[in-house]
Amino acid sequence: MAMNPRRKKRLTWTLGLVAGVAVAFSIILYALSQNIDLFYTPSEVVEGKGPDAIKPAVGQRLRIGGMVVEDSVRRNPETLEVEFRVTDTGPEVKILYTGILPDLFREGQGIVAQGVMVEPTVMQATEVLAKHDEEYMPPELAEQMKGIKHVNPNQSGVYDEQGGDQ
Amino acid sequence: MWRWLHPYAKPETVYHLLGRWLPWVTAGAVLILGGGLVWGLLFAPADYQQGDSYRIIFIHVPSAMFSMSIYVSLAVAAFIGRVWQLKMADWALAAIAPVGAVFTFIALFTGAVWGKPMWGTWWEWDARLTSQLILLFLYIGVLALYYAFSDNRTGAKAAGILAMVGVINIPIIRYSVEWWNTLHQGATLTVFERPPMANSMLFPLLTCILGFALLAAALIFQRMRTEILRQELRRPWVKNVLQVSPTTGEQR
Repeated sequence: MAMNPRRKKRLTWTLGLVAGVAVAFSIILYALSQNIDLFYTPSEVVEGKGPDAIKPAVGQRLRIGGMVVEDSVRRNPETLEVEFRVTDTGPEVKILYTGILPDLFREGQGIVAQGVMVEPTVMQATEVLAKHDEEYMPPELAEQMKGIKHVNPNQSGVYDEQGGDQ
Repeated sequence: MWRWLHPYAKPETVYHLLGRWLPWVTAGAVLILGGGLVWGLLFAPADYQQGDSYRIIFIHVPSAMFSMSIYVSLAVAAFIGRVWQLKMADWALAAIAPVGAVFTFIALFTGAVWGKPMWGTWWEWDARLTSQLILLFLYIGVLALYYAFSDNRTGAKAAGILAMVGVINIPIIRYSVEWWNTLHQGATLTVFERPPMANSMLFPLLTCILGFALLAAALIFQRMRTEILRQELRRPWVKNVLQVSPTTGEQR
């Protein structure tokens, strides 16, 4: 079927409009891409982010996301103070936090902490959120496949009673 | 092809065709969605990490999936309405948009309710959550434009242009979790890979997805019939339909 000229004009006009707006948005998102990231990774905090390797300054407010390092969680038994280290591919950043951690928080878990850098690699966090992955399985299968024991949220939280490593 | 399609461009034919399909689609939606929800919420095992809280996935994932695919169908309808100037494609905007908006709202709401116990927050301005919120505003914008003009064709034209331009947001939502660091995790269900989910959870989830598809179809069919009646109010065939059976609108 041959397309009549008016229809063809409308088709061209419509596709042109959508393509134009799509290009405009791609450019905007590309320009903003580093700002759309929700958090810095510990590597980016230590080694700098982007082609210019910009490191966050002390006193800067930001979010850091990474995995909680095994055996790095220290709690103060008297208060709600807790400190732990997070990592992604090597460099580690220490997070200080006072408050209640989410149920999913544990060593090896991904977390996102928001707060202020008090030293180049130490953050005083005001909020700690837990990330989880896209895997879902019953506890028995998780135990078989990964050796992960089911964590009852009501019993978690007793990690370490040493009260810090001053 | 055009000769074959031609009768379906007649509102009266479409009205009765949708009326014939509607009971089957509705029954399928009730049975399959009901079965899938009972299976998922009561019989599927708890998750090793999230316990019973993960069960919100049986509502969250289907509604989020269809909030996006319904938007694509909205954009396709707008495209057909714009290029081929089929008035029923314009009317389909009014039938489709509210259903998509409600699905988007359900996805956002269940996501917030799930996010509070698991992540520790109701809302975070990460790329996935923000782009999904923009999707809700797009739906609302399309609806607002559609009804904003006294001349229905002008409204449909304006709403259609917004619907087509807004389709850019769909790949952004889909790939937001891959392009940027987000709090939201990656997609569990993908077309080409085996999902990282145990079968005992996956099958009820797929059932719920099919159920939500039928639910969306049933709602859109019913709304399309209503929109056809509204637009054709002064035609004799509508008078016949309404006189014969005012309660069901079904011609006997």
